[in-house]
Amino acid sequence: MAAELRLSRENLNAPFVRKVEELSGQNVFACYQCGKCSASCLFAEHMDLLPNQVVRLVQLGDEGVMGARAPWVCAACLACSVRCPRGVDVARIMEALRQLGLRRGLTPVELRLTPDLPQIALVGAMRKVTP
Amino acid sequence: MNRLVYFPGCALKDQAQGYEAATLAAVQALGYAVQELPRWNCCGTVYALAQDDLMRHVGPVRNLIRAQEQGATELLTLCAMCYNTLSRSALFVRNPENLRRINAFMDEEEDYRGGVRVLHLVQWLAEIGPERLARAANPGLQGLRIGAYYGCTLLRPKEVAVDHPEKPEIMEGILAALGAEPVLFPERVECCGAYLAVTRPEAVRLRVGSILLSAAHHGAELVVTACPLCHFNLRERRPLGAPRLPVAYLGEVLAWALGTQPIPEEIARTVGVRR
Repeated sequence: MAAELRLSRENLNAPFVRKVEELSGQNVFACYQCGKCSASCLFAEHMDLLPNQVVRLVQLGDEGVMGARAPWVCAACLACSVRCPRGVDVARIMEALRQLGLRRGLTPVELRLTPDLPQIALVGAMRKVTP
Repeated sequence: MNRLVYFPGCALKDQAQGYEAATLAAVQALGYAVQELPRWNCCGTVYALAQDDLMRHVGPVRNLIRAQEQGATELLTLCAMCYNTLSRSALFVRNPENLRRINAFMDEEEDYRGGVRVLHLVQWLAEIGPERLARAANPGLQGLRIGAYYGCTLLRPKEVAVDHPEKPEIMEGILAALGAEPVLFPERVECCGAYLAVTRPEAVRLRVGSILLSAAHHGAELVVTACPLCHFNLRERRPLGAPRLPVAYLGEVLAWALGTQPIPEEIARTVGVRR
């Protein structure tokens, strides 16, 4: 992520923002940064960016957010999505960022396999964090 | 006898075999003949949230077609995750354009016509009604204090929620009808960590600790769930020092209440000691 925020019309219309909107089906600019998603997120403590900060960086067209750990920590529990007062499905934005990363060959998540893991956990993880 | 077409999914044939056996026997005791869906395939486990992931709907919709071939209008699931993916795909293809595109992916199957309702055991029991459950409950649950843990996939997103996503009462209603004393606790609707068991087991342990502590502090003697992944995490991914609360499937508790399966000794002891 950029060390300073550069606000410009070009960034707001950046192909990156369009791609995230297209993949997630969400209007990222509907978010007014209230932070309810981050307050609802049970895994925020393990993230490098709070969910609302992830959305903010997408709004600003900052592709650096692709390198963030947050979307890969997200468990797609949808607590943020059902509680957003602006109707933004934040979990879909997280999935879009994971998909953009996976489709560029990023696989930042280490699988910690143990023999007792049931299929339901393995298939779930495989579908969310592997290409 | 009324017929019910049932979709098992992977967990019910593996780590949750006890849940399947207990539930199917209990459902039969309630007067329904259960027929397993022929040639069922994986539900996909987690619903794809990306707009262009059309392929992920093919598996779930193929299951709906198998149900349609059986002449079924309802498809019963016991697993909360199967319920979630199947019902969301069923919702997705309510849009005629989406339906057309998914049908185009099918090869030997007939087209899906959109008439199958996916329902979870929780909904089925609620629709059977508390009076009928109460009449059938012998020996009943004898005032056992049960915390119903919903987790995510029965409640979110709202479109497929089995009840109010923040204040559900559907499982409590069932448990009360079966003679238990339902215990509400704040963590009952919050995620257990799900498949992070594979990538961040420490995050799952923290969640499981909070959930069990929350249930114990509110007086639960037993936690009941309808999700095989929650069940796994709540039992096998406990942090050190977590409350030693037993965890059971809703279908098992149903079987104890209807007398189709004996109440396990450790649970019976809990009720006995309190009295």
